[in-house]
Amino acid sequence: MSPEIKLEDAFQARIDDEQKIEPKDWMPEKYRKTHIRQISQHAHSEIVGMLPEGNWITRAPSLRRKVGLLAKVQDEAGHGLYLYSAAETLGISRDELFDQLHTGKAKYSSIFNYPTLSWADIGAIGWLVDGAAIINQVMLTRTSYGPYARAMVRICKEESFHQRQGYEIMLTLCQGTPEQKAMAQDALNRFWWPSLMMFGPRDAESPNTEQSVKWKIKRKTNDELRQQFIDITAPQAEYLGITIPDPDLKWNEERGHYDFGEINWDEFWQVVKGNGPCNKERLQARVDAWENGAWVREAAVAYGNKKEKESIKVKTA
Amino acid sequence: MSESKNETSTQENSQWPLYEVFIRSKNGLEHRHVGSLHASDAEMALENARDVYTRRQEGVSIWVVESKNITASNPENSGELFEPAKDKIYRHPTFYELPIELKHI
Repeated sequence: MSPEIKLEDAFQARIDDEQKIEPKDWMPEKYRKTHIRQISQHAHSEIVGMLPEGNWITRAPSLRRKVGLLAKVQDEAGHGLYLYSAAETLGISRDELFDQLHTGKAKYSSIFNYPTLSWADIGAIGWLVDGAAIINQVMLTRTSYGPYARAMVRICKEESFHQRQGYEIMLTLCQGTPEQKAMAQDALNRFWWPSLMMFGPRDAESPNTEQSVKWKIKRKTNDELRQQFIDITAPQAEYLGITIPDPDLKWNEERGHYDFGEINWDEFWQVVKGNGPCNKERLQARVDAWENGAWVREAAVAYGNKKEKESIKVKTA
Repeated sequence: MSESKNETSTQENSQWPLYEVFIRSKNGLEHRHVGSLHASDAEMALENARDVYTRRQEGVSIWVVESKNITASNPENSGELFEPAKDKIYRHPTFYELPIELKHI
């Protein structure tokens, strides 16, 4: 047996034994690469995810809504930071990660390439998009890579307020005027299917799933997570008194799950490939923010250096 | 902790140094490592740590230390470092056999 295969066997044995992998431990190159890809994608999603919501901060209908949304968007920035830090433990720099985002080499969740057209969209995003994210993230708190799992624990603790915040917005609109309720229905209509797409392609079309499950990066498949989300969310829509835009959605007593209609996978792949309604706008906003902030980063470094020199002078004087 | 790879970066700006963040959640408890962040100096690291890691009253005190100043043990040496303690069961109270009727010992 080659030494490499021996190491891989020992590695898999540790995973099977539910031991966590830490940054300085030996790991297969593919495990490292898969994690860099997945964690950075996750981090980018948090950062780009601030854009559609940030769009509504100045137009929130009340101070209560405004502080809630502001706090949520601030959390997303923090979540991005936790995740970038976790990715950096694998030997990639923050600058490289940003570069991959800005050049389009790295992806972020396609859901953020849809526009937020009305205030109800902020409710729908908190309820559905954060709801879908939580299902994925709760699973990831038990992922095999220590720093990723720890980031997820922290994120999950903070995230549940996001979903409640969103649902409360939806509830208020649904109990309001017919126009307000129609607004909530319209937001559900537009965000339902893209939310289901957040779980990724069907298991049969997801080549990475098997290895990811074996390495305990993921503990459930895309289809399992999607079903879980639908089962949880359908009764919540019913409570609001609005209709999920899927004529095939129906409780299946025998399966103990909801049946649901076919996802438009052409749309899914189009948005992944960059042809969604807001792909260009989102990326441009990110690149602009980075480039326009360059002078601030440089000034901060210059200021830090100056202070350090002064403190050395004081110490040696 | 990450290894800095500034030399391979394609960006014009060299990236800010990495700091490790430790938080004391309340007096009486130790500072615990919570994560890391980049900052241009220690003061900014402290301010950012406050914004990122104590938004919900998670702490009453923060330490930041530049990651490069931490010396860490290597997992490859785990055997020689930690295994010698394994067979020293005489360091634990249960190693010593005393009659059960004996109290307070």
